[in-house]
Amino acid sequence: MRVNPRLTDTLVRHLLNMQAYFTVGILVIIVFIIFIKGISNCSLSFMLTYPEDMGRHGGVFPAIVGTIFLVALSILFATPLGLGTAIFLTEYTKESLLTTIIRFGVESLAGIPSIIYGLFGFIFFVIKLKMGWSLLAGALTMTIMILPTIIRTSEEAIKAVPKNLRIVSHSLGATKWETTVKVVLPSAAPGILTGIMLSIGRAVGETAAVIFTMGSSLRLPTSLMESGRTMAVHFYILAREGISMEKAYATALVLVMSILAINIFAYYMMNKVTAKYS
Amino acid sequence: MSSNKAVFKERIIKQILTAFAFSSLLFLFLIFAFILVEGLPLFYKAGVKNIIFGMKWAPTRGFFGIFPMIVSSFLVTFGALVIGGPLGLGCAVYLAEYAGRQQKMFLKPALELLAGIPSVVYGFLGVLYIVPFIRTFFGGSGFSLLATSIVLGIMILPTVISISYDALMSVPRSYREGALAMGSTKWQSTWRVVIPAAKSGILASCILGMGRAVGETMAVIMVAGNALKIPGGLLDPLRTLTSNIALELSYASGDHRLGLFSTGVVLLFIIMVLNYFANFVIRRTVIK
Amino acid sequence: MEAKILAHNLMVRFGAVEVLKGIDLEVYKNMITGFMGPAGSGKSTLISLVNRMIDFEDGVHIQGSLSIDGEDILSKSVDVVGLRRRVGTVFAVPLPLPRSIFENIAYGPRLKGITRRADLEDIVEESLKKAVLWEEVRDRLQVSALKLSGGQQQRLCLARTLALRPEIILLDEPCSGLDPISTAKIEEALNELKKDYTIILVSNNTKQIARATDFSAFFYMGALVEFGATEKIFTNPSVKQTEDYIQGKFG
Repeated sequence: MRVNPRLTDTLVRHLLNMQAYFTVGILVIIVFIIFIKGISNCSLSFMLTYPEDMGRHGGVFPAIVGTIFLVALSILFATPLGLGTAIFLTEYTKESLLTTIIRFGVESLAGIPSIIYGLFGFIFFVIKLKMGWSLLAGALTMTIMILPTIIRTSEEAIKAVPKNLRIVSHSLGATKWETTVKVVLPSAAPGILTGIMLSIGRAVGETAAVIFTMGSSLRLPTSLMESGRTMAVHFYILAREGISMEKAYATALVLVMSILAINIFAYYMMNKVTAKYS
Repeated sequence: MSSNKAVFKERIIKQILTAFAFSSLLFLFLIFAFILVEGLPLFYKAGVKNIIFGMKWAPTRGFFGIFPMIVSSFLVTFGALVIGGPLGLGCAVYLAEYAGRQQKMFLKPALELLAGIPSVVYGFLGVLYIVPFIRTFFGGSGFSLLATSIVLGIMILPTVISISYDALMSVPRSYREGALAMGSTKWQSTWRVVIPAAKSGILASCILGMGRAVGETMAVIMVAGNALKIPGGLLDPLRTLTSNIALELSYASGDHRLGLFSTGVVLLFIIMVLNYFANFVIRRTVIK
Repeated sequence: MEAKILAHNLMVRFGAVEVLKGIDLEVYKNMITGFMGPAGSGKSTLISLVNRMIDFEDGVHIQGSLSIDGEDILSKSVDVVGLRRRVGTVFAVPLPLPRSIFENIAYGPRLKGITRRADLEDIVEESLKKAVLWEEVRDRLQVSALKLSGGQQQRLCLARTLALRPEIILLDEPCSGLDPISTAKIEEALNELKKDYTIILVSNNTKQIARATDFSAFFYMGALVEFGATEKIFTNPSVKQTEDYIQGKFG
């Protein structure tokens, strides 16, 4: 029996089309469920009040603050390190065994699962360096975790800056560093920002690496050495321990919406960069 | 002249940047060193065989067998690949070969956003929707290999899609045009020419997807049921290497804690092997 | 006439390829010297030695000497950044930085440590006037330099070079992509500028060399074939190759 290739082509086209929309459908359903179930319990006062009775009642204010602190600190640590690495790899050295080894290190870090980061952060920062479960231990662990993302996106953004701009800057008597700061980085800024946004999204949604390093105290952290709870950790505890489904959904709503907003912004920035150089 | 100062400044900056660039290697070294230093001694004490092939995990009574967890990790990874692989590849092929510009502008970001949903949210929805569904229609508790495979299958989609999409897009246009010029249909050119040309990248996307699945923790804890035995079927509960660490780390001490680090050593080993293969496959493509 | 730049037995290899084969040349102060020759003749390589932009190439081997005002500029100890402030360069394609007209021109002076707004404004105005661009852009200095036409961009690049207050200006085929009117404006600017600067103009266009320069050097396959007063070279060349090139028989 001979199959008509035209017919096969049409069938396959429809099948693949269905697969693509089915997959997007999963995203839509997830967001839809979280939105419908969470919106009734989610309000401004939910975000701005303290939880009571382990989160059964009240809001998520300390978790929001905890998330912001954790994210801000890890971005503060990881951006100079990651950007510096990217500048070194692109501007200050030629491809060599050294860059291969450094890139191998970055790729390996990117492949390590978050629970291993949790395990490492726990034994190294919490136990050996005696930080205890603390904001600082959480932020340092998260710094290492997001470093590969920042390095890779910054490197790509810097590489996309036309070589001619560097030549002009040098011909006008600029040093390598002056050229980097005044010409290369401003042109690469949107791409670098994309990497930072993606890292923020990752840090906001992370649980396994955070819960064993920052702990899960429900109090508002007032110093680097205090434990705290992020939104993702709070949500995990609410859901896993069956404390309150309503509050869990409302927390998930805040969590998912902020991550989507961050990622959409990152995507928008990336498109702007691509449009600029193509 | 001030130029000496400028030269000196440049040299300092270069040294700082070099130090920054080495930080990734330092962190990698620290992670390996601390996981190995904590995790390896127990292999001597309890015996490699008793840990890797031991069937019983009762760390407070001196049993550190993680064989069921190793098997379970492989099973859920394989299950995730069975569910997420074909679906992800289909999406990638559709995006790369069939979708129009407008459609692509909408589909691609939407598919990438799936990667941003936190794993705890996947686990939560798995518990509330997939687990009861399995309980109702297939029986058992619902916390099962099947539920875990479905949740992980969805979670690896972004990895599979984006890497195989890149592989498909890097196939030169002339390949497609050549096939189409000879009277092939779109699908014939895709199936016979484009996909074979991109097969290394597609393979790498599946391996990296497996890496993601084997390392996933929070979603798995929530839907897997965490039973300490090798699952006998799709509907049996199980416990993976990652769940074992996350479930017990917060209260473990002494040899028990060391046992969790031993679990971490095995997990790290599996991840490194997977990453090595993915890199190997990708590098082979580049050289070709 | 005083020699500003002096090359002696200058040889350059890229890997195994010899691109300059023992050049001996004097470039005189306050004159416009034209470098001409077909592609691959080595004239651009010679330029990139003078401003040491050759440092950005890989696998370069240099022998012989090259000096400015008697100071060897090829030695390891030379302050390259300082040298590039003394030797301004205008490239073949206009390469404005992605910032405003004002900031493009103020880029070099700012690097030298000039930060007072009034000083910068003076430099910008003076440089734009010398490059014959002031009248066209005086009302829109804050507009992005990328908005200017190709000819305007190239004069902006000239102004940006002048703002460095260099001693030497290198122009590497600056008119290759420009229309005749823009080319005439650049040549007009150069003629005024030679009072204060030593200028090297690299060009494939022999007519431009004849029009705009005082001395000419003809390069072929990495060798300096003939050097002399432009008038003499164009009316009575002593080498047959030069004559053939000027008459357009090859190149």
